[in-house]
Amino acid sequence: MIEPIIKPRRKNPLLRTRLPTSPPRARSRASHGFTRAAAEGRFMLQRCDACGTFCYPARDACPTCLSADLSFADAPRRGMLLSETTLHIPADVHFRERAPWRVGLVAMECGPTLVTHLHADCEEGRPVVMSFQLDKSGQAVAFAHPERETPNMADDRQWREMTADPKFRRVLVTNGRSIVGQEAVAALKAAGASIVFVGVAEPWKPFRGEDALRAIEGVQIVPLDIGDEKSVADLAADIGGKVDILVNTTEHVRAGGLLDRQGTSVVRDEIDQSYLGFVHLAQAFGPAMRMRGSDGVNSAAAWVNILSVYALANWPMFGAYSASQAACLSLSHCLRAELRPGGVKVVNVFTGPLDIEWFQTVPPPKVAPRAVASAIVSALKRGLEDVFVGDVAEDIRQRLAANPKAVERELGA
Amino acid sequence: MQNSIRTPYDRVVMAVPVTIPYVRYSIESAQWWIGRALKALVDGAGITPRDIDGFCVSSFTAGLDSGVGLTQHFGLCVRWLDTIPLGGASAIAALRKAARAVQAGDARIVACVAGDTNHVDSFRYTLENFSRFNQDAVYPYGAGGANASFALIARNYMRTFGARREDFGKIAVAQRSNALRNPHALMKAPLTIEQYMAARPIADPIHLFDCVMPCAGAEAFLVMSEEVAASLKLPAVKILSTIERHNAFGDDPVQVRGGWAMDVDELYAMAGVKPDDLDFVQTYDDYPVISMMQFEDLGFCRKGEGPDFVRQHDLTIDGSFPHNTSGGQLSVGQAGAGGAYLGVVEAMRQVLGQAGPTQVKDARIGLASGFGMINYDRGLASGAAILAGPSS
Repeated sequence: MIEPIIKPRRKNPLLRTRLPTSPPRARSRASHGFTRAAAEGRFMLQRCDACGTFCYPARDACPTCLSADLSFADAPRRGMLLSETTLHIPADVHFRERAPWRVGLVAMECGPTLVTHLHADCEEGRPVVMSFQLDKSGQAVAFAHPERETPNMADDRQWREMTADPKFRRVLVTNGRSIVGQEAVAALKAAGASIVFVGVAEPWKPFRGEDALRAIEGVQIVPLDIGDEKSVADLAADIGGKVDILVNTTEHVRAGGLLDRQGTSVVRDEIDQSYLGFVHLAQAFGPAMRMRGSDGVNSAAAWVNILSVYALANWPMFGAYSASQAACLSLSHCLRAELRPGGVKVVNVFTGPLDIEWFQTVPPPKVAPRAVASAIVSALKRGLEDVFVGDVAEDIRQRLAANPKAVERELGA
Repeated sequence: MQNSIRTPYDRVVMAVPVTIPYVRYSIESAQWWIGRALKALVDGAGITPRDIDGFCVSSFTAGLDSGVGLTQHFGLCVRWLDTIPLGGASAIAALRKAARAVQAGDARIVACVAGDTNHVDSFRYTLENFSRFNQDAVYPYGAGGANASFALIARNYMRTFGARREDFGKIAVAQRSNALRNPHALMKAPLTIEQYMAARPIADPIHLFDCVMPCAGAEAFLVMSEEVAASLKLPAVKILSTIERHNAFGDDPVQVRGGWAMDVDELYAMAGVKPDDLDFVQTYDDYPVISMMQFEDLGFCRKGEGPDFVRQHDLTIDGSFPHNTSGGQLSVGQAGAGGAYLGVVEAMRQVLGQAGPTQVKDARIGLASGFGMINYDRGLASGAAILAGPSS
């Protein structure tokens, strides 16, 4: 049984901050099938298209029939923990400072045997349920969970290394004026965040929902205008060393494409707010987060972007907005690579049109801001990297996987 | 006993067992160690490097050099060349290939060498770059190196067959007592079963004295025809039989046996001997559990009887079942691929009566085995050879 983790005390400024170390990162190209699965929270194994054999580790030919047609397919998650060991003196620096560390050998019901990290409640000779997770190196690893829920399950030490659970962490939500921002604050507090800093531009101007926001214990409203480099830098100077999770809820949506607009002012605004705002945030908060990736229970853990799913495929009705989102998506991959040495995850939450005023004329289905908020919390708790919220986002994801050209034509119809 | 249909190694012999004494860490390169071994071979045989026309080499730390690069490095001009990257099975594989090459006339004198250095960081480098499956699916779990993999195998073996840590301890303690007679062994202090049991855990149930110490060193031997050996007046070792097997029993969920179990009947049939006829056994002992498995898989007892077999035998040089008489890797050290050769070279000395302080009295015939390459969850490569002295 897991002892619940204890809320960390105020940090002693005289003590050295433990620097992040990475678990081994190198993987074969084929093995990144697991990275993809882990990023989305799926459990996939290679399965031979010719004979149906599931195999592991990643191969380039089927070990039963030698077919080269191995596809990553969703696989049954159940297995049996055959044998386990506790590493007391691992050779690798990352694990040595985390020892003792438990790993085991799991025979999957669908065939292969997996070397895996173990949740503390997994018992030898008992069934387990498997997932792939992104570890602190950003690469996929297998993780075995007990078959059924156990007390304080999410507080397991090895599991917490795989996730960015908000419990006892300090969060910055960048835009408290938006409904998505407000819902995110409430959800993160409910998930156990110790403090939520909420950025509000020009806080002397009242806004809808302000009273409710201020009424939540542990919420602190801070001045933040992310389009303004100095505003962002000032806030980072103030709280940058204690932001464990940053949720970028910047929202700047305007309808329209290219030809029916004159000039660039609207487009420029979108870029200033969404793209350059992201740059300001990253430059101000990213370095400290990367440094603090291994800083105990409330280490820096994740950066969350809320992106339109039209970042992946332009929707001409919101064409310039889609392009600003694509720019942010591209930048998020850069940030992900640069935060990786700290073990800090970058989570992209892709949504369809939100049920907010700027999408007033768009027909349903639209995504409730609360659904976005709970998707953020769920992604952090499960350690995901790419999340699609709502029916439209999921629809676009599937259609893009099937035929991107069809998506382009149909969105532009 | 079944009949073997394989061609015997008639008129092919091994000679000049060479050990370049190990050191824990070395600032020299693998090439330096291999070079020392080659020099000892030519000096020991009374030949020149030009007389070597076959070369077979194994090393984890030779960097970018395979056998062909090493020929130029050492000034060898050979007409038969092999580089064997089979870890702990490299010596048996080298012996098999070299013997057939000599038998077929493809080479006259083959130098079989394994040498590795051990810089302070080279063991980690070897771990990180061991194999694709290891890199993808073992190393990221903190389980780099064989400790964790063998811990999983050992724990399953203990639960399945009732082995206790004390049983593994008996193997390690006996080997240490053998090693105290071997001046080249890195471990110089006696080991008691109490010390073994009290050692710090590395990866349960593997504790400190279950693990080998990585070190630098080299081992080597020559393979040639009986006639050449006689003309050089070299004491010669006969090769009675060999087996080799890779990726056996892939359906066993956890490894409980090695490839030997597939071929053991042939091993004895080809040699025309029974397990009882052997005067000593040198198993590949990267962990005691693997030696115990080999007692079963090499026919000294049935599967699952390994623990009892160990309890009932004295495994020291003068005991009822002389085992790993040099002290084995557990007490001599593991010089990379040299570890594969340790048992084979010691077996040569034993049947030649050249083992000195570790000599088993009247040893005539013995077995040496190899095991290697934890590619993912199990050791893939296995092999064994039965060797005999000139008088048998």
